[in-house]
Amino acid sequence: MNLDPNSNRLNRRQFLDRLTKAGISITAACAAGFWLHDTKGPTLSKDKPSNLVLKDFSIGALGQKMSIVRGKDRKATLRMAINSLGGIETFIKKGDRVLLKVNAAFASPAMLSATTHPLIIAEMTELCFKAGAVSVVVTDNPINDPDSCFTLTGIADAARSAGARVLLPRDDLFRPMTVKDAKLIRNWPVLYKPFTDITKVIGMAPLKDHHRSGASMTMKNWYGLLGGRRNIFHQDIHGIIMELAMMVKPSLVILDATTSMMTNGPTGGSLSDLKHTNTMIVSTDQVAADAFGASLLGKSLDELPFIGKAEVAGIGTADYLKLKPVMASI
Amino acid sequence: MNIVTTRRICQIFFFILFLWFCAVTTLGDQWWQLRGWPVNWIIQLDPLVGLATLLSTRTVYAGLLWGLVTIVLTIILGRFFCGWICPFGSIHQFVGFLSKRKRSIPEKIKLNQYHPGQSIKYWILIFLLSVSALELAIDLIRLPESNRLLFGILILAILTLMILKAVRQTQVSPKKTGIVFLIFISIWLLLSTLFNGYQTSAASLQIGLLDPMPLVYRSINLVILPLVDRTSISISTIPRFYDGIWLIAVIFLTAILLNLRVPRFYCRFICPAGAMFGILSRFALWRMGKTRNECIDCHLCEKNCEGSCSPTSQIRINECVLCMNCMNECRHHLMTYQIAPSASGEIVSPDLSRRQFLASAVSGAATIPMLRVSSYLEGNWDPALVRPPGALPEKAFLSRCIKCGQCMRICPTNVIHPAGLQGGLEGLWSPVLNFRIGTSGCQFNCIACGNLCPTAAIRPISIEERLGINRYAEQGPIKIGTAFVDRGRCLPWAMDRPCIVCQENCPVSPKAIRTREVFNTIDTGSKLIVAKADALYIEFRGTGPDMNQLATGDYYTVVLPSADHQPRRIVSNWERGLRIADGLPFESPPEPGSRVEIQIRLQQPHVDPKHCIGCGVCEHECPVPGKRAIRVTADNESRHQEHALLLKR
Repeated sequence: MNLDPNSNRLNRRQFLDRLTKAGISITAACAAGFWLHDTKGPTLSKDKPSNLVLKDFSIGALGQKMSIVRGKDRKATLRMAINSLGGIETFIKKGDRVLLKVNAAFASPAMLSATTHPLIIAEMTELCFKAGAVSVVVTDNPINDPDSCFTLTGIADAARSAGARVLLPRDDLFRPMTVKDAKLIRNWPVLYKPFTDITKVIGMAPLKDHHRSGASMTMKNWYGLLGGRRNIFHQDIHGIIMELAMMVKPSLVILDATTSMMTNGPTGGSLSDLKHTNTMIVSTDQVAADAFGASLLGKSLDELPFIGKAEVAGIGTADYLKLKPVMASI
Repeated sequence: MNIVTTRRICQIFFFILFLWFCAVTTLGDQWWQLRGWPVNWIIQLDPLVGLATLLSTRTVYAGLLWGLVTIVLTIILGRFFCGWICPFGSIHQFVGFLSKRKRSIPEKIKLNQYHPGQSIKYWILIFLLSVSALELAIDLIRLPESNRLLFGILILAILTLMILKAVRQTQVSPKKTGIVFLIFISIWLLLSTLFNGYQTSAASLQIGLLDPMPLVYRSINLVILPLVDRTSISISTIPRFYDGIWLIAVIFLTAILLNLRVPRFYCRFICPAGAMFGILSRFALWRMGKTRNECIDCHLCEKNCEGSCSPTSQIRINECVLCMNCMNECRHHLMTYQIAPSASGEIVSPDLSRRQFLASAVSGAATIPMLRVSSYLEGNWDPALVRPPGALPEKAFLSRCIKCGQCMRICPTNVIHPAGLQGGLEGLWSPVLNFRIGTSGCQFNCIACGNLCPTAAIRPISIEERLGINRYAEQGPIKIGTAFVDRGRCLPWAMDRPCIVCQENCPVSPKAIRTREVFNTIDTGSKLIVAKADALYIEFRGTGPDMNQLATGDYYTVVLPSADHQPRRIVSNWERGLRIADGLPFESPPEPGSRVEIQIRLQQPHVDPKHCIGCGVCEHECPVPGKRAIRVTADNESRHQEHALLLKR
């Protein structure tokens, strides 16, 4: 045994200590190498086909119903239209959680009618709460900066003061979705999360001219649920509108044609693009609502192929008169 | 309370205030977002920004007058700004403290010895100020040409002064003085003929590169806050991006990490604002100093001396940042803040020779004219340099922009970015629009950037002026550029695919993007021949396109020969036939054997430069993912007459 403190030779204890440490380090390094060794290299991962679907929010027992009320005061016409279909209680039950899909696409003031008017959003929210809804969520994935859109259109303010929650489109709210029998919406990011704990969906759209599709109404309004680089769908605009209508089965759609954008759509930008058409359309059938809306824009169904395609796909009825719509005026 | 504790509280207060101002520079309707918070106040307190813009523009813009308060206080108190206010200085002091925490006292004392290199900051200051003052200097030199009367008065004034001086002092030789005076005047007269009256403006402002306030604002705004956005404490709703911030980050981190080597490295060696305060503190009423010359030379006062101003011996007043640590450390209470000069003597002026001064001043004056030889302000201007709405004409803009990044921070859509070399080296980090980043183009009803800009490089315009309405109707909206369609990349132009997303999103009314409808015949593989037909249906002899491939609503058919050549919309098709829409049936069913052409209806976008404001929403939305098929350049921008594109009608 080496007891000389000045000697630089190892003693047995030091040697064993060092041996153990070296052994452990070597074992750890080899084990790590063994476990982490990758013989194949990375492969390009294919997206798993998504099996998420939106629930059917339509109220089955109700069937296709429609109400067309003429008048200048959009709050009053909305209230009257809903009452003529049996009142808000027909659609919203106690305990319902309601999602209002509005059109907040552009950061422009409400008076330019490029977006859903804040007055009817507030009114609808109040009606839902009156019928016993426990929560109302207002959402959209706008084209312009989301914050600016919800603020400048007055939608955020109106919704919040009526008690609704405004949901801005954050990345984590989108999920890839595939719509059954669809060609376009396959593994495409959709604003899915807000729909997961919802029991009723109401689409609320302004009536607008649209240069590519002919018109932007209740069916086109669902475009705001798409995420990703959705602009490529403009290559088949009628196809995508039809698929969106296949994807969302709303409880109710509201087409606000109190002030309609007749030209320069869908952005407008000038009061001279607008016309007071003084009509509020409430319907459980989005195809019928859009078909009627087309007549207000002075367009034939032939100019709006998406309506015919949606009808063929069994989403609704283009001949809205078949629904025997309630007609009224204030 | 101990004076050092007071100083620390003051520093922490201003540092938190600064961070708060950065955080609230966010557009929105929450109380913590921009709503009258004086977010530029700390920039405005920096008198170097005020002085440099004064030299380059001959005015002190709005809140920059706050700099005067700092100047007055500095003349009374000394370099209090560096030690008590400056948020960048506080960062340096804190990092320096961390790095030297475990060192021994002698080591600390050694770190804080005066270094001759500390005069570099004066060179930098003189260089940067002379960049700003060049135009003023040229105007002064031109005085004999441009304003004879003023020149005469000035000569008389100088003569009077010299005579007065000669009367008082006896050693002055009148002959020698006279000769010097005459030489001086003749040089001036000669130089004045060098510069002619229509000389282009030479004013520029580069103070922002190293001035600590723009530097720290820029670094926090463009580097640190975007990183914070990516955590759960996101300040912006959508995390922000800034193009090419690597250089800003490198400079910021280098400045901070240099504290590991020498505490307050930036303040001692680089900071031009510190240099300016150093020069001003020469006249300070109160200053640090010893009450008695005799001391035990323990040098403890230098242990934490932030300015490394040698308080033990002859104190360098211009280097002292008033950290007051020496007062705290001296066991014998010899150090104090007093009106009398230090008992061990003091050095009041910077360590700067006349030669160094001249070298810095001349190189500063030469820099900008030299850079501009490359003609980036003349014919060689870069069309990629799309400036925010309200930006002044480029030369005036460059004489004001301090590169602080406030416009980039406030922009609600995140389209304003620090420029690389689009505006020349001179325009580095000045605001430029990048439409591929951000949540949209430049919102046409937004005027946030100009109303925040601390130096009015971007003018504070009104919504009316931006949109060209009411009293601005005559001049029309402010244009920042024009969109150009790249017909080789555009889907309807080059690839027979319908699109017009650009037209749809064009926010102006009437739209600046119009479309023209064309029907292009597509290749169906084999020729399609009518086998039989009626008013709505055609059946082919062979097989045609796949089932419903033509059913998108954009495909039309023309049968040749036919009476009307009218394309009819296809509603559906299958391999051996197609059906057209009810609206326009064939008047007489096509004859068997006629040829069926399949056409696609396209709307091709055209830009009308008369209405285009260059907002770039089209470029942002264009579905061509890489290089967009419609892109905005600065052509036709309103701020430059010489960039106009159209004849006035």
